Amino acid sequence: MENIQKEARKRKVKNFLNTFKGSKMGMTGAIILGIFIIVAVIGPIVYKYDPMDFGSGADVFNPPSMKHLLGTDDMGRDVLGALMAGSGISLTVGILATIISMILGATIGVVSGYYGGKIDAFLMRLTDVFLVLPWLPLMLVLAAILGSSIWNIILVIGLTGWASTARVVRAQTLSIKERQFIERAKAIGASSGHIMFKHILPNVFPLIFANTILVSAEAILSETTLSFLGMGDSLHPSWGMMLHYAFESGAASIGAYWFLLPPGICVILVVLSFTFLGYAFDELLNPKLKGR
Amino acid sequence: MSLLEVKNLKTYFHIKAGVVKAVDGVSFTLDEGKAIGLVGESGCGKTTTALSIMKLLPPEGRIEGGEILFDGVNLVNESDEEIRKKRWKDISLIFQGAMNAFNPVIRVGEQIIEAIRIHEDVSYDEARKRAGELFELVEIKKDLIDRYPHEFSGGMKQRAMIAMALACNPKLVIGDEPTTALDVMIQAQILDLLERLRKEMKMSMILITHDLSVMAETCDYVAVMYAGKIMEIGKVEKVLENPLHPYTDKLIKAFPDIHGEKVMVESIPGVPPNLIDPPSGCRFHDRCHCAMEICKIKEPEIIQIEDDHKVACHLRGNCHE
Repeated sequence: MENIQKEARKRKVKNFLNTFKGSKMGMTGAIILGIFIIVAVIGPIVYKYDPMDFGSGADVFNPPSMKHLLGTDDMGRDVLGALMAGSGISLTVGILATIISMILGATIGVVSGYYGGKIDAFLMRLTDVFLVLPWLPLMLVLAAILGSSIWNIILVIGLTGWASTARVVRAQTLSIKERQFIERAKAIGASSGHIMFKHILPNVFPLIFANTILVSAEAILSETTLSFLGMGDSLHPSWGMMLHYAFESGAASIGAYWFLLPPGICVILVVLSFTFLGYAFDELLNPKLKGR
Repeated sequence: MSLLEVKNLKTYFHIKAGVVKAVDGVSFTLDEGKAIGLVGESGCGKTTTALSIMKLLPPEGRIEGGEILFDGVNLVNESDEEIRKKRWKDISLIFQGAMNAFNPVIRVGEQIIEAIRIHEDVSYDEARKRAGELFELVEIKKDLIDRYPHEFSGGMKQRAMIAMALACNPKLVIGDEPTTALDVMIQAQILDLLERLRKEMKMSMILITHDLSVMAETCDYVAVMYAGKIMEIGKVEKVLENPLHPYTDKLIKAFPDIHGEKVMVESIPGVPPNLIDPPSGCRFHDRCHCAMEICKIKEPEIIQIEDDHKVACHLRGNCHE
């Protein structure tokens, strides 16, 4: 019996993976993201890079060569090394900020949808505020007040990105709470907290999951924007910080494309890979979108 | 003392169009170990009565009056928290169409364990063992407790639902059309099962159904409801063999008799009245073939005609075509 079940589960996972493999978008996204994750983890170990290793005057803005595969920056540091170190930081910030957003969005969405009435009205007006507030100025103000450490950036992005998730989760909660198994849960004497956590949350989870991936892309983009505008943490240089320095040092006018382009391209690729993955999962988890 | 005593229960729904008097002055008693059936057309207040007893009414619904004495305690005045503790432990519910009553993403066994652990301070393993035993009790293989609801057939889900209803040894089980969504073979099995378990565990039961044959088989008493009121109530044999209310009479005739001659089943013309503005006098008068002048003006009191047999009709059983 146990075995049959294990088999069945294996088959389900296999089916899921097969369908996923069939999706070109999903696979492209997974491969690109996979490369970046591997680079972020292994890169700094394999490739020696020290952000404090300023070269001599002759090392400034060197074009790509055998010694520096992607050239050097305005302070004579290796661009490839900075890029690898930055990938870890950008991904970490993006993912952690997304987790904050998701926890907030899911909680507010489920609570709002489940209780309804005044609680719903209050939480949804709050959501509206966050939806219509121009997020960039808001983030800039928050980052300026809190100070530019990497944790504050994560917090700021997390706190501003939950509104759309809350909306979607609320809508789904409204539909789920009318189903009979919720009535059954009430009938067996389950408390509201128990119903929300054990019965509604697992049912909205696919939605949260698909949203997570899409919000991750946004979070990475937000981090890049903030850092580019100078709100980044200079101790943890991300791709956004690289773009910031490249811009400030006038890399574009000097023609130092090797300093300006790589971080930009990396941001685009990672955001694209998350978006691809998001669409692919959406298609997998939402049978209505499946092309038959 | 009776286990359950419902006295003049009034449950109204406050909706935009007005106040729907879904249950309007319903009284009945139920002794320990007995079963009462509530019959009647759709929308006559059967389910609302049951949900009032569990206090599971939707937000628009409110108990406006009357008493529900369960074990001597008036449930109407109990706080939500007190009621929450009583649900399932004392009174459990078999849902109308068990198909949807299980959470699709949680294993069936888990959901039974959940019900046990909400009310009893037992370890997970112990609860799981009990869930296994409950499965055997309702004749499902024990190994299936780790299956998901969609892997069960309709009959199995209904059995699992019954297993869940029995999880905390309740004193009263309310069956809200427990067999409506099933085919006749499975219906018979489920009813036998319910009947057997009820006798073994000495539970009381309220059975809600449209099906008079189901009622005759399973219940000791029957209450015929129409437009939020009880029209006739009594021992099941007495009510079915000698219906005193024209509505009961019609209900019985609307049901084909398997041994009788081939005749067209009768139907009752018209529809149940709008309960926002119920008809004056007897609520059945505009559909009753024996209606008299007084029926339009004065609402009949419920009166005892013989032992264990009461009716709310001015004719007191003297309506013959």
